[in-house]
Amino acid sequence: MHPTSPAKPLRAYGDREGDGMVQLSFVLQLPPSARAREAAKRFAEAHGIEEPIVATMEAAAEGFAFFVVYGHSKHAVDAASIDVPEVRTEALSREDIEHRIKTRLGRKIVVVGACTGSDAHTVGIDAILNYKGYAGDKGLESYKGFEAYNLGAQVENDQLAARARALKADAILVSQVITQRNCHKENGRALVELLEREGWRKDVIVLFGGPRVDHKLGLELGFDAGFGPGTKPSDVASYLVEQLCSRPASVP
Amino acid sequence: MATVPMDVRKVARCREIAAEIADDVQGYIDAHTTVGVERTILRAYGAEGVDDQGVPLVNLAVDRYREAGLLGRGIATYVGRALLGGATTLQDAAERVAFSPELDRGEGGPGVDAVREALRPHTEAALARIDKARNEREALKRRIAPGPTPQKYVIVATGNIYDDAVQAKAAAAAGADIVAVIRATAQSLLDYVPHGPTTEGYGGTFATQDNFRIIRRAVDEASEECGRYIQQTNYSSGLCMAEIAWMAAVERLDMLLNDAMYGILFRDINMCRTFVDQYVSRRFVARAGIVINTGEDNYLTTADAVEKAHTVLSSQFINEAFARRAGLREGQMGLGHAYEIDPWLEDSFLLEIAQAQLVRQIFDRHPIKWMPPTKHKTGDIFFAHVHDAMFDLVGVTTKQSIELLGMFSEAIQNPLLMDRYLALKATRYVFGAARHLGEEIQFKPDGIVARRAVQVLDEALALLEEVRRDTIWEAIAHGAFADVKRTRTGGKGYAGVLERDPDYCNPLLAALEKTS
Repeated sequence: MHPTSPAKPLRAYGDREGDGMVQLSFVLQLPPSARAREAAKRFAEAHGIEEPIVATMEAAAEGFAFFVVYGHSKHAVDAASIDVPEVRTEALSREDIEHRIKTRLGRKIVVVGACTGSDAHTVGIDAILNYKGYAGDKGLESYKGFEAYNLGAQVENDQLAARARALKADAILVSQVITQRNCHKENGRALVELLEREGWRKDVIVLFGGPRVDHKLGLELGFDAGFGPGTKPSDVASYLVEQLCSRPASVP
Repeated sequence: MATVPMDVRKVARCREIAAEIADDVQGYIDAHTTVGVERTILRAYGAEGVDDQGVPLVNLAVDRYREAGLLGRGIATYVGRALLGGATTLQDAAERVAFSPELDRGEGGPGVDAVREALRPHTEAALARIDKARNEREALKRRIAPGPTPQKYVIVATGNIYDDAVQAKAAAAAGADIVAVIRATAQSLLDYVPHGPTTEGYGGTFATQDNFRIIRRAVDEASEECGRYIQQTNYSSGLCMAEIAWMAAVERLDMLLNDAMYGILFRDINMCRTFVDQYVSRRFVARAGIVINTGEDNYLTTADAVEKAHTVLSSQFINEAFARRAGLREGQMGLGHAYEIDPWLEDSFLLEIAQAQLVRQIFDRHPIKWMPPTKHKTGDIFFAHVHDAMFDLVGVTTKQSIELLGMFSEAIQNPLLMDRYLALKATRYVFGAARHLGEEIQFKPDGIVARRAVQVLDEALALLEEVRRDTIWEAIAHGAFADVKRTRTGGKGYAGVLERDPDYCNPLLAALEKTS
């Protein structure tokens, strides 16, 4: 990627560069024994850990042993060759956000959000949309420039789409907390497909959020962006402002 | 002995106000029924089975009469009339109610007294079935004593009931006293109870009667193996809270998550529906000797744990008042609260102690349920383990009764076997190491802990006064609890609420009401 800086393989850092120290904890379905200890060692070696030390072996339940293993991981990564899509948005202040919406858009940004499918955990969507916000950062509801609708939990994709359409939403926010058997991906993808079938996917910004979400996953599923853990309402607001309030008018 | 100052007159005042708040709602409850209540009555009489689409018989019967506008007389009316009309068994009667070609419009034929008489043996059998399970539990607990308090409560949640059974036994072997099978997330909004053993579920496992039985068997085995009575719990919440309460009663569950307002606030279930359902569910719970766990801990996941601590206490008084009106004894009221203050706030530990100790003193005969940090948990499992240890320390020092163990992987996944093992091990250490700490220490009379306790009680009293002035219906509508606002006719399940007719017939509920 950068020919001037030769790729430098990165190993895990314990207390010396390149020592590769990692710890691994896991359960094997074996009672503790000398054989179990050896099995844990070989298990670690199979993961590329050299000179594994089984730091503890305890009976976690009948027939199950819990292990902590330390060792030198032989693996290395070439960080320079990695290309990770990131949401590149300048973090705007509250005043900037309000000002840009007012002067450049001249109307409120309408946002509709929900936890879709069977997901009943509204903590994420609440944090972004509700007045209270998250970590001291007030939610979109608190901005004069946003009109935020939080449909809450267990909303079906077709209900969300219908509501968003009726409200002429600029953006749809989908939050998925439950990720068992990748149900979050299926739900997310299904919404995008629905919008495409209905023929208005391009007219709306669709954002995906949740503790197991990142921008890459959002893009993969057909969203405009993905927001992971730690996202603040102002991050989402800044993104939307950039998308909606700076699209040059000259583009046909 | 570490105690906080507690003005007993203020506590008594809180109870009086909560009683008035609950009485206002009780008037409404006594004049209404719901589809959930009527289905529960049918189940309790022994009606069972599903049609070829998987729809429970009790739903078919109740929906048929609701759609015909006849349910205000109570489903028992039609079951009784079917019995008098030649049905050979209760099941046969229920099937006639659901499927007979002619709808019984209740015109002519036997009156309420005859119906009640025809149902009498079935009402007695329904009560006997609940009592039998209760007696079995009590006998088992006499033979195999439960562990000491705080009792260690863990959850399993694989989605597959057979895996849950394995995990439940593993948890018991690692020291758990109480095992909850967490429910699939969508279930609270289903207006029917799924049937049979289930092996697929997102975020948890469906609560079904068969699943209850499978876990009961597993934890009974664990009780024998561990020499410690292991308790089973599940969720009597959502649109089927009363049906699940009955299922739990006859399948001998020990505890149930059951809250007078949780469904309204956190699942957007209609308030009229919830108030009626919670009452009937608690009538069954009271008879069955089950301990309820209320859900005030949840308030602090949406509202700030420092600013809104008093809303938890106010709600506990209200939950207690509702529970009393359903015949629960204090020993059955596991009022909930939680360790949810921002851990980076200076003296957060002292504020947590103040609240936990205050709740312990006010509800001194109640098996208080102490819930772990969740809101401020991150993916840093090592820090989370420390955070949970501090929570454990408050739990043992203030003598909480039931402690749901914190999981260091809280922010990441449903707990793995090793997560529970490590949580149980750490808790065993803290509980043992600080077993008598609460008896050894005193809080400064005018220190941070004491002042905080006084403040929280004062604020709770003020909020209760406000709620009484506005009525609970209005208070919830403007967000008095958990910062969540709900309207009287909004939310899910309102269509399933019906006014009782003057000749409403429900001999089983009447019997439950008489016994306490």
